[in-house]
Amino acid sequence: MGTDTAVRVSGLRKRYGDTTAVDGVDLEISRGEVFALLGPNGAGKTTTVEILEGFRPRDEGIAEVLGEDPGRAGRSWRARIGIVLQLASTGPELTVREMIAHFASFYPRPRDPDELIELVGLTEKAGARLRTLSGGQARRVDVALGIVGRPELLFLDEPTTGFDPQARRQFWDLVRQLAADGATIVLTTHYLEEAEALAGRLAVLAGGQVVALGEPAEIGGADRPARVSWDTPDGRRSVQTATPTATVAELARQADGEIPGLTVTRPTLEDAYLELIGDSR
Amino acid sequence: MTASAPARQLPAAASSAPLPSLLTTGLARGRVELRTFFRERETVVFIFALPAVLLVLLGSIFGGQSALTPGVTVGQLFVAGMIAGGIMSTSFQYLGIGIAVERDTGMLKRLYGTPMPHTAYFVGKIVQVFVCMIAEITLLMIMGVAFYHLQLPSSAGRWWTFAWVCVLGCAACSLLGIAVSSLPRSARSASPMITLPFLVLEFISGVFIPFTSVPPWLQRVAAVFPLKWMAQGLRSAFLPPGAAVLEPAHSWEHGKMALVLAAWVAAGLVLCVRTFRWQSRHR
Repeated sequence: MGTDTAVRVSGLRKRYGDTTAVDGVDLEISRGEVFALLGPNGAGKTTTVEILEGFRPRDEGIAEVLGEDPGRAGRSWRARIGIVLQLASTGPELTVREMIAHFASFYPRPRDPDELIELVGLTEKAGARLRTLSGGQARRVDVALGIVGRPELLFLDEPTTGFDPQARRQFWDLVRQLAADGATIVLTTHYLEEAEALAGRLAVLAGGQVVALGEPAEIGGADRPARVSWDTPDGRRSVQTATPTATVAELARQADGEIPGLTVTRPTLEDAYLELIGDSR
Repeated sequence: MTASAPARQLPAAASSAPLPSLLTTGLARGRVELRTFFRERETVVFIFALPAVLLVLLGSIFGGQSALTPGVTVGQLFVAGMIAGGIMSTSFQYLGIGIAVERDTGMLKRLYGTPMPHTAYFVGKIVQVFVCMIAEITLLMIMGVAFYHLQLPSSAGRWWTFAWVCVLGCAACSLLGIAVSSLPRSARSASPMITLPFLVLEFISGVFIPFTSVPPWLQRVAAVFPLKWMAQGLRSAFLPPGAAVLEPAHSWEHGKMALVLAAWVAAGLVLCVRTFRWQSRHR
């Protein structure tokens, strides 16, 4: 495993009773990458990430996170990763600053709590008790606790579920800023839009398996077949083709002037995604 | 951001700095535990103040009753019993409910995900339980001396009995509290599930009613659990020596007491090691 690799997973499997939650996942994530695990609920995203975070044992396969087995790694490994958890809203009777400063005390080189509070936009709420925060504010505390130790690798599990659009955009800006600072980021999401906005690469999970892997634009195949449609006297016709230009040229040669009702469309990422997760259901 | 600026450019450098020690993190946990304990109205009222309130109630209702043996008042019996109940309240009841809530709300999982040494969490609990127990005992002793003719232990030997009964009893109850915290399915069900057996034990162990008034078969049930022995041990520290005739065995049974409490410490430790989980199974 090269030093440029942050996460390497091979043949990963996890069963709960009769259900196979993760069924032979292979992944390789480089340092500095923003990588998304995209998929519907129950696809195995959270189980995969929890194995990588060292929260769950795996049944089979290899998992290496920052060069160590997350099932056995110790405190110094924990100090290098950050986890943003999605938790119940009821926390201890502490203020935002107390909670963040407390968690900072576990790390060898933590961020300054007040600067971190400013970074996540909670300066006005620094002295407020955790239970008085709104849902979006509480999530920002979650993020702050995830990055307080300056992690080399940050896990974000469904980070913006329940956010309004504006809060989501602000959160995305924060993630981009962390990525720009050099952190590797692994996020799970069931929002296609979020994966597309943040991730350099993504894996689509369905039924515990990786059904597609690549840059957002490549998902469903770098050259998703285009659909060329036109009107004929007998009705509308369309063909799917990898070479739409040739098809149109051929049609133009046959047609007398304009081709009636000509359209050339490519499936969007969303079409490709829905087809991928639909296929495996 | 001046002193730590270079670290930001090189996140990998973080691994070279030493990890905070167990002592530092354990004390940080202890501070947070104490702060949250005294900020939460539920714990202050339900765990801390309730034994004192019950002492006033029981003392007012029965405390005037005549002494059972020359030099012994019912009020003295209640103070000794209530101190035992207070120790179990700040250890067993608080830890059982508190850890169940921390597990259900994900606080435990959150701590597990940090480089905090796992032992630091338990060091924090020990600090918190120990401080709260001493505060609770002090409060009840002051009330006892002021209103219920409680006499402080009259010799070094009796202070020693008082100390080891408190520490051993608290250790047994704390470990049992940590163990039972795995039983409730949610934070909501934690309080009733853990308070009910505690209340039953208080009734049959000589906390709410003098142990002599408990039917013999219930006395035998109570003798299996730590609370009865803690109350008996505290009576032996506070009551005049002649009061031993009021005990079922007509003696204080210090040897048996130490044995039962130590057995519960051992059993509790095994249970904790085998059952403690950082994550909720029910989520």
